[in-house]
Amino acid sequence: MSGSSNLVAMKKIVQQLRFEAKINRVKVSQAAADLQQFCLQNAQQDPLLTGVSSSTNPFRPQKVCSFL
Amino acid sequence: MACQGLGPNETLATLKTESETLKTKLEEERAKLHDAELHQVAEKVEALGQFIIKTRRTLKGHGNKVLCMDWCKDKRRIVSSSQDGKVIVWDAFTANKEHAVTMPCTWVMACAYAPSGCAVACGGLDNKCSVYPLSLDKNENLAAKKKSVAMHTNYLSACSFTNSDMQILTSSGDGTCALWDVESGQLLQSFHGHSADVLCLDLAPSETGNTFVSGGCDKKANVWDMRSGQCIQSFESHESDINSVRYYPSGDAFASGSDDATCRLFDLRADREVSVYSKDSIIFGVSSVDFSLSGRLLFGGYNDYTINVWDVLKGTRVSILFGHENRVSTLRVSPDGTAFCSGSWDHTLRIWA
Repeated sequence: MSGSSNLVAMKKIVQQLRFEAKINRVKVSQAAADLQQFCLQNAQQDPLLTGVSSSTNPFRPQKVCSFL
Repeated sequence: MACQGLGPNETLATLKTESETLKTKLEEERAKLHDAELHQVAEKVEALGQFIIKTRRTLKGHGNKVLCMDWCKDKRRIVSSSQDGKVIVWDAFTANKEHAVTMPCTWVMACAYAPSGCAVACGGLDNKCSVYPLSLDKNENLAAKKKSVAMHTNYLSACSFTNSDMQILTSSGDGTCALWDVESGQLLQSFHGHSADVLCLDLAPSETGNTFVSGGCDKKANVWDMRSGQCIQSFESHESDINSVRYYPSGDAFASGSDDATCRLFDLRADREVSVYSKDSIIFGVSSVDFSLSGRLLFGGYNDYTINVWDVLKGTRVSILFGHENRVSTLRVSPDGTAFCSGSWDHTLRIWA
């Protein structure tokens, strides 16, 4: 019966919304500050950011090796 | 989530009213906390310098559009899949092919490397996700050992192993995501909530617990609890299909790429979108996004054949990378962050560093 299945579907939506309404949220300024802090703390360990030199990056062109 | 019985006064009308009230309340709660923009908070951060990122390897061998790729934890191997049904495992250092499998279907839209490096999973128009153990013997027929794990009722759009070889998470055109036991093929949990095809998923970094995010054609990005199947948070600000979602390395946020030509950053603790990465000159959809190791850079692969590199904090574009001769369909940063790989409809994959 489409009537009762609509009701069931609507009930699920309302339950989901009630659940989502209850969650704890922080201010954007706080969340943004934390994202920024994470970036800055890990910046030195980020090879694509710092531009790792050829000797440590396996993909960058290396000096030619010769067999002795 | 079990549906509780209806209360004595609950009718369709009262529920509809309550749903509208709750939606308004959610918007108000989120708006109350919107006291700043990310780029404002990040004003004092030093701007990034010039970027020299180039193609360092080009992987040629696919006979048709590359649709998906994934890195092995060993930081050098890559698995890729294409429209013609081929799945290839490459050594990215040497650009050599190590294994190749032909799937019985075309449009292999999803592929993933197992954490152990000993198997790959893939699927597409066959509606399934299959696991192939990788053999050290190059002559062995991989197709013979294939294991069918997941079964959906529409195409498989994405798959990912969880933190072991034992479980796989899948998303599908049938509007659901699902968690499967690899050994038995048993469905462990299913995730319902999207109202259209689910196109992408990403697991939260292991430290942050058992959640994952999915994006779909309903323009929503949903965050799920893997154990209960419950949708914990839902974000709806994109204006078109969400093709790619990726967690920020700290696990507190995730980025998304959409057919609306924007990438967006959603913070999970603020429960809202905190940044939009777009330009008037960018009008083609984003197919794939990924962060650099520190989360400062966001790489986006676009349908106009380019890769745009964004400063996540400041919201500005730092670089635009040319090279592919058709749509960029997939993009992943390597596990140690030394490079990223892009796959394209031009049949090739490129390693950039």
